Amino acid sequence: MKKEDVPQQPDLSEGCKVINYATDESGRYTLTQSAGWEVKDVALQQAWDAIDEQLKEIITVIKAGEKSPLAYHMIKNQMDPALLAQYSGIARWQVKRHLKPRVFNRLDTAALSPYLELFNLTIDQLRSVPEIPDTLRANLNKVEVEQ
Amino acid sequence: MKIDFPHHQFAHCESGVTTNLLNYHGFSCSEAMVFGIGAGLFFAYAPFIKLNHLPLTTFRTSPGAIFAKATKRLGVVVKREKFRDPLVAENRLDQLLAAGRPVGAQTGVYWLPFFPPAYRFHFNGHNLVVIGKVGDDYLISDPIFEETVRCPATDLRKARFAKGALAPKGKIYYIETMPQQFDLPKAVVAGIKEVCRGMLKTPIPMAGVSGIRLLARKLESWPAKLDEKQTLLHLGHVIRMQEEIGTGGGGFRFVYAAFLQEAAAVLNNDQLLELSNHCTGIGDLWRDFALLASRVCKGRATIQASFSELADLLRKCADEEQILFTRLQVAIK
Repeated sequence: MKKEDVPQQPDLSEGCKVINYATDESGRYTLTQSAGWEVKDVALQQAWDAIDEQLKEIITVIKAGEKSPLAYHMIKNQMDPALLAQYSGIARWQVKRHLKPRVFNRLDTAALSPYLELFNLTIDQLRSVPEIPDTLRANLNKVEVEQ
Repeated sequence: MKIDFPHHQFAHCESGVTTNLLNYHGFSCSEAMVFGIGAGLFFAYAPFIKLNHLPLTTFRTSPGAIFAKATKRLGVVVKREKFRDPLVAENRLDQLLAAGRPVGAQTGVYWLPFFPPAYRFHFNGHNLVVIGKVGDDYLISDPIFEETVRCPATDLRKARFAKGALAPKGKIYYIETMPQQFDLPKAVVAGIKEVCRGMLKTPIPMAGVSGIRLLARKLESWPAKLDEKQTLLHLGHVIRMQEEIGTGGGGFRFVYAAFLQEAAAVLNNDQLLELSNHCTGIGDLWRDFALLASRVCKGRATIQASFSELADLLRKCADEEQILFTRLQVAIK
């Protein structure tokens, strides 16, 4: 890659520039900052789209009373029951039970505290789900709109 | 308290961390040199390891290997520690910092607040250097970023004890003693030999140039085997592994070309300059692959025709890499 070919297409990185290796006029390698590349952005947006879609689905399922709000926060944090179990220290079979609304609704603050600490949420936040997914990317887009 | 640490921004976290640490301890070298001596270049397609539920494609060796091999080949004595208890891990880190020692740490990316939010995925092979502490904030030299950053202790604790694949288990590492003198040519040759071996002679079909050919075959089968959404997700994942933060572009092929340029001077061998050009050409091929793949993901190219073209591009990469590393092996004999 030549220095002048290093892509400078602003992407999701919020102005955080990365180093690309590229050759200068004499063919020597130099470290050049890149503001982003559309190709990378397409792949990254695609990964977030997949998470968004999962969240939209789960919101409907939770509203229908088939899953507990914990399922939303689990997916939002890109986890599955196995990973959530490792992080919270709660056994996987217990985590799976907590995904059932009937069980989840009976849990008190003490029982939920590992989740609260992990996700950095208040008890009310953990017990509710938003109308539209609020992923890290969604927050990012919101900030841009406000500006 | 802050250690006076020379922070430089580099392309890749682990080779960047190793370079900054070596520079701090008085051995000035480039990231490309560390990457080459540490034999960082590799390829593997391992569908049984999942990252975000998608098969792993990697363009480099396993996390920790570059630091371990580069320091070993240079005769640097290092120390590594792992922990079970986060609090013990934090106390030990504070203790080392108080003694004025910059400390490398393996972390997950997801919990690091200084990362752009859109880049926060569960990837646990990240590396950074902790260079101080002010109140409850750690001062961090993360070679991916232009400037040093601050990170609250609670977040760093979560990041050091991230769970899932490649869990860091609080791993820290630091340089204990530097050697009296370095045998740079010997280290460079050892690094090159290992990369050639890894790319040409790994006896499993998932690794090296045969790994690239395996990916080409598998990729061709995706449109028939998976639904359209999954097909595109699989393809997008390959692009991310190849071009995402930390590769320097072209799946590390450009960093390696830069290393070969430097190696030509160290070994006084002009053949390596020519091979460096070849390696640059291969990096460009990989980028052509990513470009076409992204057009497919965006729906600008039809799937069935493009996938055979993509597979052909991969086979071309494999063929060229086979030629490159075979010639490289001969060139350093």
